[in-house]
Amino acid sequence: MAHSARRDSPELPDFSLLKRLARDQLIYLLEQLPGKKDLFIDADLMSPLDRIANVSTLKQHEVDKLYKVEYKPIVSIILALASKLSGMFFHIASCCISLVVPDVANADKAAGRFRRYKIIFTPQKFYACEAVLEEQGIFGDVTTDEWAFYLLPLDDDIISLELPEFFRDNFLAGDQRWVRTAGSALHLLHTVYGPFSKIHGIGRFSKMAYESWREQVEEGETKARQAEIGKVFLIDRDVDYVTPLCSQVVYEGLVDDIFRIKCGCVEFGTDVTSSDKRVKVMLNSQDKVFDEIRNEHFSNVFGFLSQKAKNLQTAYDKRRGMDIQQIKTFVSEELKGLKQEHRLLSLHIGASESMMKKKTKQDFQELLKTEHSLLEGFEIRECITFIEEHINRQVSMIESLRLLCLLSITENGLLPKDYRSLKAQYLQSYGVDHLLTFANLKQSGLLVEQQPGETLTVMESKVGKLVNDKAAGKLTDAFSSLAKKSHFRALSKKLNLVPKSDEEYDLRVPRDMAYIFSGAYVPLSCKLVEQVLERDGWTGLEEVTRLLNGHEFSVTGSSRAKNDAQRIVLVMFLGGCTFSEISALRFLGRERGYKFIVVTTAITNSSRLIETLLDNHA
Amino acid sequence: MVSVLTEWTCGGHVGFILDRKRFTTRAPWRILHCRSPDLLFTRVSTPALSRGSLSSHTMFFLPPSDFLKTELYEMSWNLRDGLRDSLVAAAPYGGPIALLREPHRRSPSSRPQLEIYSASGVDIASFPWKSGPVVQLGWTVSDELLCIQEDGSVLIYDLFGSFKRHFTMGQEVVQTQVLEAKVFHSPYGTGVAIVTGSSRFTLATNIDDLKLRRLPEVPGLQGKPSCWVVLTQDRQTKVLLSNGPELYILDNTSCTAVCPPGFSPQVGNIVQMAVSFSYKYLALFTDTGHLWTGSSHLQDKLSEVDTKKTPTPKHMVWCRRPKSQQPSVVLMWDRLLLVAGVCGDTIQFPLEDPCVLVGELDGVRIISSTNQELLQEVPLVCQDMFKIASMAPGALLLEAHREYEKSSQKADEYLREIKEQSMLGEAVRQCVEAAGHEYDPSTQKSLLRAASFGKCFLTDFSPDQFVTTCRELRVLNGVRENGVGLPLTHTQFKQMTLQVLIDRLVYRQFYPLAIEMCRYLKIPDYQGVSRVLKHWASCKVQQKDLSDDAIARVVCVKVGDSPGVSYSHIAAKAYECGRTELAIKLLDSEARSGEQVPLLLKMKRSQLALSKAVESGDTDLVYTVVSYLKNEMNRGDFFMTLRNQPVALSLYRQFCKLQEQETLKDLYNQDDDHQELANYYVTASYREKRLDSRLSLLQSAIDEYNKAKNEFSAKMTEDEMRLLRFQRKLDDEKGAGLLGLSLQATMEALLSLGLHKQTEQLYRDFRVPDKRYWWLKLMSLAEKEEWEELEKFSKSKKSPIGYLAFVDVCMKSNNKYEAKKYVSKVTPEQKVKAHLAVSDLEGAADAAIERKNDAEMGAILSRCSASDRLLIDRLNRARAAAAKK
Repeated sequence: MAHSARRDSPELPDFSLLKRLARDQLIYLLEQLPGKKDLFIDADLMSPLDRIANVSTLKQHEVDKLYKVEYKPIVSIILALASKLSGMFFHIASCCISLVVPDVANADKAAGRFRRYKIIFTPQKFYACEAVLEEQGIFGDVTTDEWAFYLLPLDDDIISLELPEFFRDNFLAGDQRWVRTAGSALHLLHTVYGPFSKIHGIGRFSKMAYESWREQVEEGETKARQAEIGKVFLIDRDVDYVTPLCSQVVYEGLVDDIFRIKCGCVEFGTDVTSSDKRVKVMLNSQDKVFDEIRNEHFSNVFGFLSQKAKNLQTAYDKRRGMDIQQIKTFVSEELKGLKQEHRLLSLHIGASESMMKKKTKQDFQELLKTEHSLLEGFEIRECITFIEEHINRQVSMIESLRLLCLLSITENGLLPKDYRSLKAQYLQSYGVDHLLTFANLKQSGLLVEQQPGETLTVMESKVGKLVNDKAAGKLTDAFSSLAKKSHFRALSKKLNLVPKSDEEYDLRVPRDMAYIFSGAYVPLSCKLVEQVLERDGWTGLEEVTRLLNGHEFSVTGSSRAKNDAQRIVLVMFLGGCTFSEISALRFLGRERGYKFIVVTTAITNSSRLIETLLDNHA
Repeated sequence: MVSVLTEWTCGGHVGFILDRKRFTTRAPWRILHCRSPDLLFTRVSTPALSRGSLSSHTMFFLPPSDFLKTELYEMSWNLRDGLRDSLVAAAPYGGPIALLREPHRRSPSSRPQLEIYSASGVDIASFPWKSGPVVQLGWTVSDELLCIQEDGSVLIYDLFGSFKRHFTMGQEVVQTQVLEAKVFHSPYGTGVAIVTGSSRFTLATNIDDLKLRRLPEVPGLQGKPSCWVVLTQDRQTKVLLSNGPELYILDNTSCTAVCPPGFSPQVGNIVQMAVSFSYKYLALFTDTGHLWTGSSHLQDKLSEVDTKKTPTPKHMVWCRRPKSQQPSVVLMWDRLLLVAGVCGDTIQFPLEDPCVLVGELDGVRIISSTNQELLQEVPLVCQDMFKIASMAPGALLLEAHREYEKSSQKADEYLREIKEQSMLGEAVRQCVEAAGHEYDPSTQKSLLRAASFGKCFLTDFSPDQFVTTCRELRVLNGVRENGVGLPLTHTQFKQMTLQVLIDRLVYRQFYPLAIEMCRYLKIPDYQGVSRVLKHWASCKVQQKDLSDDAIARVVCVKVGDSPGVSYSHIAAKAYECGRTELAIKLLDSEARSGEQVPLLLKMKRSQLALSKAVESGDTDLVYTVVSYLKNEMNRGDFFMTLRNQPVALSLYRQFCKLQEQETLKDLYNQDDDHQELANYYVTASYREKRLDSRLSLLQSAIDEYNKAKNEFSAKMTEDEMRLLRFQRKLDDEKGAGLLGLSLQATMEALLSLGLHKQTEQLYRDFRVPDKRYWWLKLMSLAEKEEWEELEKFSKSKKSPIGYLAFVDVCMKSNNKYEAKKYVSKVTPEQKVKAHLAVSDLEGAADAAIERKNDAEMGAILSRCSASDRLLIDRLNRARAAAAKK
């Protein structure tokens, strides 16, 4: 399947440039404080930083010691690299600054040392940061700076903003501070790879990010250049909650679900490596074995791997019956590659085995069956029973919640009776503090109770009261997701998301994007991308956008050049996207001759999505 | 003996030149000078040539170079007493002139007057000096006036005489007093050096980053030294001073006696010294009239001249052109100006008036009470072109063009001559370059015309230099105008750069000229016009006599939306001048809210700031305002303000959630948001360690849930309270460590402790659904491998979760034996599964065949291995039979 790409598919732009930009800027910042310096790095920033500048690069620029900032007093500091200040206002920042800096500064003063302190905020510095510094009374003692590190290319076609807090801040707390960051990221891509010829989008934050980007374009100077990216599609995560809530069954997604890929890097445990060492592996297109199986349905992976192993063996076997000269060339030219491949292959086989153990069990099959039934809207009662049993058997706190959310979204809310009984069961099982989690889920529209009749919810009526107020328009926006009804069934019918189940689906030869969910469901987000690209706009999709609560837009950009770049499409997910969606888009690209570049605020999956909404204070 | 030979009038100059060939000794010079200096150097006015600008030139020859004295201005000022008894400071690069009359007059009744003039003598500012006695005046690189007082304090004024700030050169100076001070320029900025009554030197290399350095003591120095200069070399600032015949170098750490090479002690005491503009050369003057010149490193000697003048010159300045190897020194006495060249020759000029010498990059400006002159070494190219009977290609081209104008065929001859030597390009270049150095516009024009004429005969000649020179000359002529008064030479202009020139014009408030210049030179708006407009507007808002409306209108019309002009910047200026209303009006034109809001806050227009911030949609900005308001307003007003701004309110809630839980409660209370209030109490309860306060918080939560008509949550919270009490009781009795566990976890813990009775009690009290209870018990018993207990339990009543679960759980504990016990109890639909679970293929087959279920039979077949031949056959037969039906 990986080989069936269309011949004429365009070349992807080179995104390593983004890394270089970020690195150069970092180095510039480091050089602003000449001489030896210690670096304090927010724990969350460790892996992204490593991808940009490794330790030896930092050492070259006279970084003496590196510290991970955890909230305990540290003895010496010169340069603090405080992180993104987290989504929760300056929670981390205030801790970091109020604990670390004064401590260190006072320790230094006591020891009679003179040092300079600098705090670098990334990806952007907020006014609030300075307010905190001022409140702490150390505004004058430190200098601050900003490292505009917006985009981390994870792979040839995946760029991440590494802002996992985006989701909770925007979709739960109504805090839109990161939208501008997203706009800036888009602006950066536009300056380096633009101009874009057409921008489509759907969702409130997409629109806001688009506007923020527009503003920045107008402020700055524009240079005419050869476009490397043609079209852009922006989409909010809350447009499609269903897809990230489903279990992933494509290899890359499955690896993420089970082992958790962090910044394009996964750590395999001892059960995978079949030795007593844990191994960190970069998962990207550089890994040839992985590159071939990442988009495959899991059921095919094993066969593929064993075939690969056989090929490898044949390649090794070649050396039998070689004369010395041939062996010499074999060793110098092929052996190293083969060995490398061998190593990777054994790792992936190990990983697959480990996953097989976990996933081929009866439980998992039944779980999948339930998910598919929910998607199809078939035998809902059985599904509810299954979920109840799931809770009863205490399988997993997160999984149960995920199934509840999936049920609520596909069924447009739970019946009051079910809602209460399931909630009661859940609370008794996992603690009453999850009342707050349920409140969060309700607010974000993921898990709601069907309202008897069509009476307005408390929130809605409140919003209604304020609508007359001019400034309240924004609030209405901010809370419209609360009132948002899921219309999954109608959408599913309209867009034909669930293929007819009576046909046999051969996962080896995928027909459509549904293959990423074993042929049971075409991801809504990707379907929208497909439809909009096909129609070059939202015309004909009016009913769909109405069901999705609107906020769609299509804008024609400045560039009208007809070239290959027009078939390079940048899809930006605000609030995260899953590996399954990326696989689906890759499939779509191969079918239609597009190349997709996925930009996302973070890579997400069902567990991450639910975890960000948890609110138990355990 | 007579040396005046030719009067030459080439290129508009009228001057006298001395025939070099006739000079054989130094004697004729001296004789000549002594006898009749006036005869030799007569100032000749050339009104006809310079079109009424009354400028005059004096050209003379000082081996090995030509020198030129050009009149720059007739000074516009009207000084009653001339420059006598005044402290004068004139900044280089045609900078302003400051004048303090009678600085030592101390009677309060008649205070000295401080006056500031442009280089052309146009009055800029004037005010009575009310502070202490001034020792020295000086200008910084950014045209600020430094007034160094006797008590060591330094007052800084801007060009318009308004006070900026002050600093002091050390507390001890108040007692010891400043005897002498010098202002000097270095790559680090403008510095000040003083010598105090206790004969100690103090230095500040950059007054903008003040670090005082007290230099070490000089051995044997009493009072002030006879003369001293500040040197900047090798990135170090030093003082060179003389005390009688001794010469010392004073740096940070030490005082070293030095002796200039070739400097014989017999020549007397050093009484005056001067260092060149670039700090490269040093000149020393002794009381016997000897002038020693050499490098400032004191390693090479250039020359030694006997001036035969024993009085100490009032002023001594270097006059040289960059890269020229022929530096000369200009010395000034009361009525005499003397130029001494390196070859030992000197030229003298009589002076009618006391003058001031200003060392420039490429010459010396001589300011007297009536006029100002520039003394320069003539650039090489001009020397070549204008010397008598010059055959330089440029000179020929100039001649050719002149003939051409006269429609004379000679033009062709001259041209031909140049072309024969293929020197036409060179000729054009010479004309252009010479034009650049010329001060007189008509000369510039004739040279440029000649260049343009010559260019016509060239095919591939780049016009760049010509065009640039034309443009730059136009700019230079513009700023040299009397009204503007920046007498810059082309060399100085190049050194200064256009950007700085525009800045200086802006600083002097010549806005229209600056804008014209930017447009004329096509400087990008961002660096040019916009920058000027910004300064203009900032200045405009300070005009007290115009109304707010008028100014706002004028500013908006002029500035429009020029790129790079920030209205908030202008507004900030207006606010600084106390015009808040104007500032608000101006802010309306600011497009970026991020710029508006901070200023609005500063002006205490917080409501407006809040609504602007909300309009911008920038969360961070909203937060800034909110946190500001929080501190500014009382709580009630603050909450009311927030109520009207829902976005701000939700942000503030978010903040409170993390930082100020108590405030959050007040907020919800105010809104009667019982649901959120209840949630708040629940959250709070989990932070509470003590059980009773935890319970009371939960009770409050229940009350609020009830008010919010959320019976379900109220009920759940109530249950939680009951559970907590129960856990407490049990913890006290048995030390079970249950507190805080969920109901399920509590029951699990109880079971593992073997407390079945209590578990039972919870099961009943909390109406735990049977299914979950059974699952729990089943798993917990299997875990503890209490198989008998499990069997008993399975028989206690009909299992609500069926018996397949029992089979599965037993198998998970790898107990096939126990599992088999339950297989028979499984419902018929699950029989096959159960048999398969315990790997009883036969049993499974029996069940499946009985049920005639094809799918199940298939499932069994897939589990069969080759050894189960019989079974496979049997199943296949059954399938076939089932299919037939």
